[in-house]
Amino acid sequence: MREFAKISRLDRRQFLVSATAAAGLLPLIVEGAHADTPGLERSKQFEETFAKLTRGATPVADRITVDLPELADNGNFVPITMIVDSPMTDADYVKAIHLVSTANPVAHVATFHLKPINAIARVQSRMRLAKTQDVIVLAELSTGEMLMSTTMVKVTIGGCGD
Amino acid sequence: MAATPRIKLPDNAKVGDVIEVKTLITHVMETGNRHDKYGKLIPRDIINSFIAKYGGQEVFRAEFGTGISANPFVSFRMRVSGPGIFEFAWTDDHGVTTVATAPLTLT
Repeated sequence: MREFAKISRLDRRQFLVSATAAAGLLPLIVEGAHADTPGLERSKQFEETFAKLTRGATPVADRITVDLPELADNGNFVPITMIVDSPMTDADYVKAIHLVSTANPVAHVATFHLKPINAIARVQSRMRLAKTQDVIVLAELSTGEMLMSTTMVKVTIGGCGD
Repeated sequence: MAATPRIKLPDNAKVGDVIEVKTLITHVMETGNRHDKYGKLIPRDIINSFIAKYGGQEVFRAEFGTGISANPFVSFRMRVSGPGIFEFAWTDDHGVTTVATAPLTLT
């Protein structure tokens, strides 16, 4: 019985894969992968927000783990987990985590402010994604350092309204 | 817009533990980009600020934009320094603040 359930689940996944491909999603994914080479298009507003948050400094791509689905079926509701590798002591802690979208109508999604009492710099939330794009997470450290992480998410049905 | 908060705290925390604090508030988080059936733009209406205090001290704060999903959910960690009461405050675009309190049960 259990084995049967396993098989049927596998079949459903396979069906989903073929069904989404048949629904014309495959060209979208291929297009996304293709656009990967020169980089996905980033909004002007994103560039402005990014410059404002980093204050012109170049963030280091290090010590941030971001958990996002590779493929978001519903862009209205995308779970995100952000973890920054930090000792979270009075001398060295994460002051803020900025969540920035490269292709939403509004680039600045959220800012989370942390303190040493948080002990572990781990924040979870749920975000909207208007279309396939890079999601940028910036971590502002008490030492003045700025860290960054870039995660590409493919979006089937976009969020953010019309 | 009625907003109902929901809080999830561990029920067997000890002093020194790092606990997970989960919060959610029911809210439409209207982006201001959508139109109603008459083609009129629906004005933006979001929860834009969230503050968490423990024992009267701020322990976590967030600013939300329109890119946060409806019914904004946030989870964060905190090291337990001693017994206390959590106080959470969500503020919307109209300046209305919804407050919820929850005591932390220590073992």
